[in-house]
This record gives sequence, C-alpha cells and structure tokens, in this order.
Amino acid sequence: MQKVIETLLIGLTTGSIYALMSLAIVLVWRSTRVVNFAQAGQAMLATYVGFEIASRSGVFWLAVLFAIVAGALVGAGVDYFFMRVLFKHANSGPAAVVAPVIATLGLLGLIRSFVGLTWGGEFKTIESPVSTDGYTVGSTTLPFSPLNTLIIVTVSIILIALAILFQRTNLGLALRASAYAPEIAKLAGIRTARTRTIGWAIAGGVGAVAGMLNTANNFLTPYSLDLLLVFGFIAAVVGGLESMVGAVVGALVLGIGLTIILNYVGTSLVFIGGFAVLILVLLIKPDGIMAKGKGRRA
Amino acid sequence: MESWRKVRDVVRKKIALFVFLGWVLLIVGDRVDELRVYQGAQIAMYTIALTSIVLLTGYSGQVSLGNGAMMAVGAYAAALTLNNLQTPIWFAFLMAILVSALFGALLGSAAARLAGPYLAGTTLALAVGLPAIANQFSFLGGEPGLIFDVGFPPERFGEEFTQYKWFFWIASCIALVAIFVTSNILQSRFGRTWRAIRGNSLAAELAGIHASRMKVLAFTMSSALAGLAGAVLAMNIGLVAPGAFTLALSFGLVTGAVLAGISSLPGVVLGGFILVVIPEIADVIANRLGDADKLNSYLPGLIVSVLLILSVIYTPNGPGENLRKHLRKKAAH
Amino acid sequence: MSGLVVTRLNVSHGAIHALHDISFSVEPGQLAAVIGSNGAGKTTLLRTLSGLKDSSSGTAQWEGREMLGVKPEDLVRRGISHVSEGKSVIPELTVKENLVLGGIWRANKAETQESIEQVVELFPRLGERMSQSADTLSGGERQMLAIGRALVSRPKLLLLDEPSLGLAPLVIEQIFDTINTFRTKMGLTVVLVEQNAMSALEIADIGVIINLGRVVATGNASELINDPALRAAYLGY
Repeated sequence: MQKVIETLLIGLTTGSIYALMSLAIVLVWRSTRVVNFAQAGQAMLATYVGFEIASRSGVFWLAVLFAIVAGALVGAGVDYFFMRVLFKHANSGPAAVVAPVIATLGLLGLIRSFVGLTWGGEFKTIESPVSTDGYTVGSTTLPFSPLNTLIIVTVSIILIALAILFQRTNLGLALRASAYAPEIAKLAGIRTARTRTIGWAIAGGVGAVAGMLNTANNFLTPYSLDLLLVFGFIAAVVGGLESMVGAVVGALVLGIGLTIILNYVGTSLVFIGGFAVLILVLLIKPDGIMAKGKGRRA
Repeated sequence: MESWRKVRDVVRKKIALFVFLGWVLLIVGDRVDELRVYQGAQIAMYTIALTSIVLLTGYSGQVSLGNGAMMAVGAYAAALTLNNLQTPIWFAFLMAILVSALFGALLGSAAARLAGPYLAGTTLALAVGLPAIANQFSFLGGEPGLIFDVGFPPERFGEEFTQYKWFFWIASCIALVAIFVTSNILQSRFGRTWRAIRGNSLAAELAGIHASRMKVLAFTMSSALAGLAGAVLAMNIGLVAPGAFTLALSFGLVTGAVLAGISSLPGVVLGGFILVVIPEIADVIANRLGDADKLNSYLPGLIVSVLLILSVIYTPNGPGENLRKHLRKKAAH
Repeated sequence: MSGLVVTRLNVSHGAIHALHDISFSVEPGQLAAVIGSNGAGKTTLLRTLSGLKDSSSGTAQWEGREMLGVKPEDLVRRGISHVSEGKSVIPELTVKENLVLGGIWRANKAETQESIEQVVELFPRLGERMSQSADTLSGGERQMLAIGRALVSRPKLLLLDEPSLGLAPLVIEQIFDTINTFRTKMGLTVVLVEQNAMSALEIADIGVIINLGRVVATGNASELINDPALRAAYLGY
C-alpha cells in the first residue's frame, strides 16, 4: 500500500515536469503547426542562464525568474528570426514537408553546441530551495521530499494561470483564434504574427520552468533535457496534440506509468516502456486520449 | 519489345559505370596513405547510410531520426552473428541487412499512420533511447560493446594490402552495390510511387496506391540499408558499442542528406565526404584555438547544426535545385 | 473621391491570370452585388480587396486611400471587414467568443460590448446561444454569426462572400432581408458577392457582373434585373 502511494506521488512529480514540457510543445503546435524540437534547446539555454544567476545569488526563485525571461526571449526570438525566415524560403519541393521539422532539430543541435561550448559539458547543479530529503513518517522515510511537493504545487499554479490566460483573457482568445483559424483571425483584426510570437514566448517561459525544476531535482548538462523533450513529446502525443488539458493529462499518465515500471519492473525498461506507450497510443488512438475525434493533421 | 531492350541497355551501361568506379577506387586506394584509406572506408559507410535517408525522406517523404538506431541494429546483428555463430563475414553482413529490415518493417508499420512531426518525434525518441537500451542488456555487451573483427585480408593480396585497405575495399564494393541497387529501385515503379505519396498521400490513395504499404516498404528498405551501413561501421572501427550510435549520428545523417540534396542519390557521396570532413575541420580549428577537449566535443555539432539550418533554409532540396533555378532564370533572360 | 473605386485590377494565381482589368465603383452607402458563375473570380476579387491575396497591378481605393497590399488585420482598423466564403466562424470557440473576436483589436472594450448587444438585437437567435460552442449552430446561424462578428468591428465597408452558400431558401431570404436592413440603418457600404444573382440584385443598388475574370456589365441593379439578355445568361430565365 505504501509503495503504491509512493509510486503515485513520485509519478505525479515527474509527470508534472513533463506536463510543462508537453504543454509548451502543444502551445507551439497549436499556434504554428510546428512541433518545436528546439523547445528542449530553449529550455536548456534558459536553465543555464538560471544556473548562472543561482550560482551568483544563491536565490532559487530569482534564478527561476531570470530563466523565465530568458526562455520567453529565446522563444520569441526563435519565432521571429528563425521560423518566419524558414517559412518564407522553404515552401516548395519535396523538402517543404520536412523542412520545419529538420530546421527545429538543427536549431536544437545548434543551441546545444553553443551551450556546450560556453559552459562545458560537466554536470552542473542548482540548489533546491527546499529540502530534498524525504518526508519521515514515523520511522520510515518516503522517497518523496518537500522538493517534490514544491514541484507539484508550482506546476499546478502555472497550469491554473495558463488556463485563466487562455480562457478568460482577450490575449488568450487571440492566441486560440490564431491557432485554430489564422485566416479568420486576421480578418477579425488580430495581428496573428505578433500573437504567434507571444505564444512562442509563453511556451519558452514555461519550458524554462520545466528545465529549472528538473535541474533542481537532478543535474544539468547539455544533454540532460533530452529525456524531458522526448517524454514531453510523448505526453503531448498521448494527450492529443490539440488539447492543452490533454497534454497535462497525458504527462501525468506517462509520469505515473513510467514510475510504475521503474518501481515494479526495473530501470532497464523505463525507456522502452515510454517508447511502447507512444507506439501503442499512436496505433490505437492516434488522436490522443483526449481528442474529440478530429483527424490527425500533420 | 523495344522498351525492354532499352531498359537492359541502360542497366548494362550502369553496371559498366559502377564497375569502372570500382576499379578507380581500387587504384586510388592503393596510392594513398593509411589514414586516407580509413577515411575512405568511412565515407563509403556514410554513403550507404545516406542512401537510406534519401530513400526514406527524399523519396517517400518520411522524416526519421531512427536511421542511426537502425545502423546500431544492423551492427549488433552482424557482431552477434559473427561472434556467436562463427559464420563467414558475408553472412554477418547479410544478417545485418535482414535483422534491420525486420525491425524497419516493425517500426514502419507503427509509423505508417504518422506524418511529419509525429514521425520525427517518435524516431527521435528511439534515437535518444537506443544507447540506454543497449546499455541494459548484457548480451549486447553493455557500454564497452561487442568486438567485430572481420579478420585479415586474404593472403593472396600480398603483404602490401593492409587491414584498412581491406576495409576500404569491402566498404566501397558494398557501397557501390548498394547505390546501384537503390538507384534501380528509385527509378522504378517503387520510386515513382514513393514520390507520389510524398507529394500528396490522399491523391495517391485515390489513384489506387496503398500508401501505408508503400511507406512500410520504404521503411523496411531504408532500414536494411542503414543496417548494412551499421555493419560496415562496425567493421571499420572494429567494435559495436552504444557510444557509436548516438542521436548525433542520426542528426549528422539528416544533415548530410539535406546538404547533398535530400532526394538526390548521386549526392550521397558528397554527403559522406562532408560528414567525414567536418570532424577533421573541427579538429583543426580546435587545435588552433586551444582548449581542444571542450571544442572537440561540441564544435563538430555546431558546424553540423549550422550547416543543417542554412541548407534547410536556403537549399532545402539540395544545391542542385538552386543551380537549376539559377540556370532557368538566366535562360529566361 | 469617396466610396470604393477599383481600377484595372489584375490578379494571378501563379501562372493563371484570374482577374483582368477589373474596374467598378461603389458610392458610399450603396450595396453592390457582384455576380457571376462559379470560378468567375468573385472570391478572388474579395480576397484581394481584403489583403489575403496580392494583386499584380491596378488600384483599389476606399475613401481615397489605397487598400491593396495592406494586411487584412490593418484594414479592419480602417473599417473594412471581410466575411469570407464558407461560414467563417471558429467552431472551437463559443458564439460569444466569436463575437468578441470582432472587437478584440479595439482598446475600448465598452464599445465592443455595445456592438455585440446591437448584433444580438439584429440576430436574436445568436443571443439565445451565446455560451454554446459555435460548431453546434446550424448553417444559417453560423452565417449570422460570421456576419455578426464582422459587424462588431463597426466597419464602414463590408465585403460579403456568398452568404447564401449552402443555406435553405427560406434562410437565405431572412439573411438577405437582414443584410438590407442593417446596411441601411448603419449606413454601410456593402460589396456582396453571390451566385444567387436574383436575390442579390433585388437588394442591391448596383450590380457588377463578372465572367471568366472580366467585368462584362455594370449598372443599376434594377436595370440589370430587367435586361433580357443578361437575365437569360446569368439569371437563367
């Protein structure tokens, strides 16, 4: 019984971080119809900025703030300077279909190389603002610490804030309209290009928080967020790329599922498990578990 | 049958061309030093790997980052066969092709319903996770990997014929055959069907093409080629370890293919050349700038990424297309 | 120079020359019916006027200012709204959200609220369904919503692309009635593109007949209706 609760709680924690990543992926997908693989790169860069601030100031939340700003700027920058140029140039021939995908992958590699050259590949750490020792219940120590609680709480707050943004504000409405029907949005007077860039900025900021939380729980290298990207992507697919709620649900399901495999089967199969989940969902319910049955448009 | 005679002539001419190339390579291989011969073998290996990408992405329009993983599958299959069954080398290579074709078929079936970013993301997951998977199973040799020793060149080639020349010879022959076969496939009904699917899957279906089946076929063939390349890589470096098949490899392959023209088969040699040359250049730059370690790890990646981005933006269909556009503009004036 | 003045407009789709030297003018407050058979280029005309498509040559001026080549979102701020073909509502949003969309560019939210109330007066059915998702609306209701959204932006020039498409005759009548009513009340200038030539000309002041990308006739709407040659060719009787 105890193990079940532990597994659930840890699954929720990892799932929460994946949720941020998958949310960022869905945000960008919905506004640009591009899966931004460079998301991990943006988050990585932002996290390294956060690392710098954290090592100088020792204040975690300040570092997070800087990371969010950095992430938002990088996100906006990528959309403004990179994606627009890309769509202008690569829009014909056999490569038009594959160009955006390859380009964001290239960008990921570029950012990673830049980060590696600037900071090196050694493991870096960011001090967690709260204890990472497990809670003690009587004589047993749970593998669940105040940091885990903090992660779940932070992610929940972000999710609520985003939900409010999207459902209750004019900006959110503009973002949704631009994503669903860019032409109609333009005809209604929405500056869709600017709105899209804002969407990318928000996604960048969200990804930055994911990176910071992940690092507080683990460590930081130019490769440490790769797994986050992959699982974030899988979560987004599982939830159905069209739905933000789905992205979150998918991530939590994935997080719990992977933790179950970890605890009951063994580390070796964690990754295979994740991959199997992805393939299974894509085969059985390609629109994701939350989709209303619309086709999977690439 | 006029058309059959024509086809036979074309094929005969092609065979002649490839045999000629084979001779040229052999002579060249004799004249250059060991390092260049080794690099030649690597170029040949990349050429085979890039062919798999041209087929899969250039022709059937499926962006996959899994070809590095398929290379690993082929390499492991070859090594396991050679080490455990003590078969002749050609059989090990054959197993590489078959096993990776099988895995390719599996992956392809799962992937057939996917498109664009879904496919890329799934194969990205595979590429990221493969080293981890390889690390877990002891029969795969864990991190240090398995040894793949094709043995010494036959004695009748004489004392001068070094190990690396042998590798170069084998790799080049395999590369030539692979390109020849692939080129025929691409120019056949298969190639045309793939291009139809790539252009407009729905229209192709309406025209009676089984898009899914063809996509799976593309995956299978592409994986077979990749597996073959993997086995050749194993031969060149003498071992099969997860460290040789990282995400960076898949990235590099996609870059090489885009640079050389993603649907251009002749470009694969150029692509292979570029992929071998980049680490060299990075090395030179790193040595000039000092701090070789850090630079060496990340500079090749940087160059590759920059090249990939530039080429995707400015020459998404390879330099050939830009050249053609340029010539057309000139003709119009 | 007031109203809409289109002069020698040429538009191409790649190699295909879709519109040839289109010229016509609409006085402020008039309703111009642009009619012609399928593929004549009517939709292309509207899309070019509203900035969704580029022209190759020619001018189009609204109230003396050039409007070609301006982005649609900027034209909205100048008082030009385009209701595009095919019931341009966003099905994933609610009715209310679709309407708010029309005024989202405006800083003054009170004005938007006022406009929405006016639209609901005009189309009471929308008022009943404010919080429903737009994909639950019938065809006619969606068209009302699309027009309503355009009206929320308080345009002075309204471009309507085939509002009758896919609707039942009774609904078409209602919509055309409503269009006629509000355009007079609000003093709008309207360019109404239609295949349903009869109904369109009945509420129009002037008619512009387009065939294969060229203007073949312009003039007073009632005269065009009564011209036997045109009736035979374009109205079918």
